[in-house]
Amino acid sequence: MESVLQVIFSAVFVSTILRVSTPLILPALGGLIAELGGVPNIALEGMMLTAACAGVLVSAYTQSEWLGLLAGVLLAEIMALILGFFHLNLKADIILVGLALNILASGATIFVVYLLTGDKGSSSKLVSLQMPTVDIPFIKDIPVLGEILSGQNLLTYVAFIATGLVWLFLYRTRPGIHVRAVGENPDAARSVGINVTAMRYLALLMSGFLAALGGIHLSMGYVKFFQRDMTAGRGFIALAAVYLGAKHPVGTLIAAVVFGAADALSIQLGNLKIPSQLVQMIPYVVTVASLILYAVVRKRQAAARQRKFQQASL
Amino acid sequence: MIEMRDITKVYPNGVRANREVSFEIKAGEIHALVGENGAGKSTLMKILYGVERPSAGQIYLKGKPVRINTEHEAIALGIGMVFQSFMLVPSFTIAQNVVLGNEPVHGALLDNRAAINATSELAKQYGLVVDPSAIVDSVPVGMRQRVEILKALYRGADVLILDEPTAVLTPQETRELFAAIRQLVKTGKTVIFISHKLREVMEISNRVSVMRDGQMVGTVDTKDATETSLARMMVGREVFQQYDKPPVNRGAAVLQARDLEYVNEAGRQVLRGVSFNAYAGEILGIAGVEGNGQTELVEVLTGLRVAVGGTIKLGDSDITSRSAREVRQAGVAHIPEDRLNNGVALTASIEENLIVDRYSKPPFSRAGFTSLAAMVKNGETMIEQYAIRAPDGALPVGSLSGGNMQKVVVARELSANPQLLIAAQPTRGVDIGATEFMHQQLIQQRTNGVAVLLISADLAEVMALSDRLAVMHNGQIVAIFPDARGLSEEEVGLYMLGVQLQTQAEIEKNW
Repeated sequence: MESVLQVIFSAVFVSTILRVSTPLILPALGGLIAELGGVPNIALEGMMLTAACAGVLVSAYTQSEWLGLLAGVLLAEIMALILGFFHLNLKADIILVGLALNILASGATIFVVYLLTGDKGSSSKLVSLQMPTVDIPFIKDIPVLGEILSGQNLLTYVAFIATGLVWLFLYRTRPGIHVRAVGENPDAARSVGINVTAMRYLALLMSGFLAALGGIHLSMGYVKFFQRDMTAGRGFIALAAVYLGAKHPVGTLIAAVVFGAADALSIQLGNLKIPSQLVQMIPYVVTVASLILYAVVRKRQAAARQRKFQQASL
Repeated sequence: MIEMRDITKVYPNGVRANREVSFEIKAGEIHALVGENGAGKSTLMKILYGVERPSAGQIYLKGKPVRINTEHEAIALGIGMVFQSFMLVPSFTIAQNVVLGNEPVHGALLDNRAAINATSELAKQYGLVVDPSAIVDSVPVGMRQRVEILKALYRGADVLILDEPTAVLTPQETRELFAAIRQLVKTGKTVIFISHKLREVMEISNRVSVMRDGQMVGTVDTKDATETSLARMMVGREVFQQYDKPPVNRGAAVLQARDLEYVNEAGRQVLRGVSFNAYAGEILGIAGVEGNGQTELVEVLTGLRVAVGGTIKLGDSDITSRSAREVRQAGVAHIPEDRLNNGVALTASIEENLIVDRYSKPPFSRAGFTSLAAMVKNGETMIEQYAIRAPDGALPVGSLSGGNMQKVVVARELSANPQLLIAAQPTRGVDIGATEFMHQQLIQQRTNGVAVLLISADLAEVMALSDRLAVMHNGQIVAIFPDARGLSEEEVGLYMLGVQLQTQAEIEKNW
């Protein structure tokens, strides 16, 4: 027990939380924009996986991490366009198309890695690059705080900055408020001349972009290889974070960090003598438990509102 | 200012909603457009607002012919419309809703302060009291309606079409709305007020145009009209054929409803103490202009909604607040008004729809599994017995015509051998042949000793079928006639429109 507490109250642990939260925060923000736009993006998982794979492969062959990043983003955006085309133009169910894209991504990434390296498990034969880490002047010299805040991967900082930018976009810009209007009442939006389809494409493209950054962090952040299905459900946990965060950027960030903490805990406890299968369950158990808790609280609130309403009307 | 000349609208399904309607609006007037449900008022206004396109006819704006193909074109011409169902984004503030699509910006960012200023300025100018920074979801219906009006004004509307604006309002809110309408006209706007509430029309309008059966009956100055004269213009139409009914053999009171009260989701009281009995072997008709609580009454009686007050007794047992399933099992059959949503499962087969209330009982359930053979056989029997025109019982119900779909509902409900049959708008959207069939079935049930409760907005229909007739207005039963024979439509019409009321004692006598 003591060793568990030691793990939790260490700077390394907090630093780990920030690191492992990154590939949850970014896709969660993407999921949030899509959700608010009325186009729930189930394909976050597949987009992350595709970007993770493309980033590793392109950076290995071009020896440029930036070209790798670009390739990952481009492929995720193509997936977003496919999702949009099938759902918005051909009127297919968005959940089904998203599901199909996830299955496609899972198979296609392994296929391409096998074609290029002959290995079906991972890209470890290739020499791929990483996104740079950033040392923050002054802060890096502060004990403990420096250890936590400085020296993280670039994308970790991007994730936190993106939360602010996504908030600014959704609440303070014209396209952002149009995306939200379209998601909440498409008829109202249409009646004032907003192009519903265009706004939904925009939401999906932004969602794909953020998911791609999350995927890139997985394969080019802390580690530098691609592994089959390495997203391990993070795209779905990110969606859970959207709901748990009450569909608000800050709430979503907090929820993603909570899930990240569970993830970090499972990593840190992996060093102790606890069966690893049990430890690896932690993030998923926390996800399910918090969603149940959320549902219960929401139901209570709704019931309370209804009571208030009926009393007021009598 | 606006003239609509010889407007005809024929829908693809053949319904002629408007027949050579001519309609003229003068600048600065409050023009009421009245008529019963289905008279064609809304269609005419949707044509003016560009939501529908006329099959024939021409619209002139300030003397010039115009074509209005979309809502945006209407708005560009200065015509705005406020629908009954609001087009608002609930989580946005009032100011955000008013400026939506046309937001003031400061650089790349929204200028929320400018939006709030613009909203409060408009609000002040026209006396439409709103709180610009309140979230729409949290404000009452009356304020939401004002937001819709502000939206139209923000977009530069000179002519405002209000589609039954008082239908969702409390009396207090209605007074506020009327004050706002007068203010709007004072500042040079023109208002078209669609309604079937004659008292309000008399109070607010300068001129009244009356429509009936898709045609314009006439336009009069309000000061020359009375509620009764307008009611005469509204009703009166071809009569249903009279049915030969065997004499009433009235039995015991099957249903006893007492003091039913219901408050809807929007907080409006739609049932205010409704009491009546339905007797075995009798058709009790409930007439009334739609939206006076009939829908809610039926849903409260059948367990789809829970009344906030009052009791419902079926025979000797209390069925108040029971679930729809329990109410059905107690012997109530329900032909719902919204057939597509509540009557059938569109993608399920005819056979399946016919057993949805009894699949768990023998012979359809055997050891917990559904017997397909029994289901198919039942389907075949019903299709024949109720003359459902379908080649095969395995077809989805959604592939049937309205009339045949309704026959599926009727077949299921009648074959449940109910004590009480509640039929809500049973012939709406149904062809003449199927209508006749439906009517014969209702009479047959009544003659067999079932208590039949018939709710219809079609006055001719209720009058032709009912033995006893109740009239609903504004959530109350305002009259019960012990014998529906010998009543005239005009007479009933006056009660439907709330021009006349029976006393409580007169009503109670005929419970």
